[in-house]
Amino acid sequence: MAVERLEPLLREAFPDATELEVVDRTGGGDHFQVVVASPRFAGLSLLEQHRLVYDALADPLTDGTIHELRISTKGT
Amino acid sequence: MLRDKIEQVVSDEPVALFMKGTPNQVMCGNSERALRALRDVGAPVTAVDVLPDPRIRQELSDLSGWPTIPQVFVHGELVGGADIVEELAGSGELEQKLEEALGPEYRNGREERVVDILAS
Repeated sequence: MAVERLEPLLREAFPDATELEVVDRTGGGDHFQVVVASPRFAGLSLLEQHRLVYDALADPLTDGTIHELRISTKGT
Repeated sequence: MLRDKIEQVVSDEPVALFMKGTPNQVMCGNSERALRALRDVGAPVTAVDVLPDPRIRQELSDLSGWPTIPQVFVHGELVGGADIVEELAGSGELEQKLEEALGPEYRNGREERVVDILAS
């Protein structure tokens, strides 16, 4: 399952996350909603916050695992 | 060169939306969300369909460092993808950004249009 692949990547990138969730939006294993709340986002623009999430998920983004990704980030 | 044409659209157009499909025939939910958010604030959208050639998307992501489609630029500056544009529209920051970049009269600008990036 792709959710099980994505979550550890995000945990590794955001070890201090206070909220971390990966949802398979369609059940098809390729459309995901990701929610991350982390003090690392504090003071960053939304663009910079989403870039950090993209960086963490670079592999599944390039190998085609992720067809569609929705991101919600919060600085805590 | 394809790269030059993409750069030209990004830098010359007030609001550039790189999307899957065209405003009349959107081919992806996230492209739809970005387009809707831009329309809601009256942005003068210039749309580019990335689907006709995979190189468009490749060159665009190399240029912007942003891995996914859609991508929205205001006067050459990457604003973000669907989630960010939607969030900024909801908070009022998108309108503010457009007013700052394009002037308070930006809503009276020209109509939405589509650029065929492969045409010479």
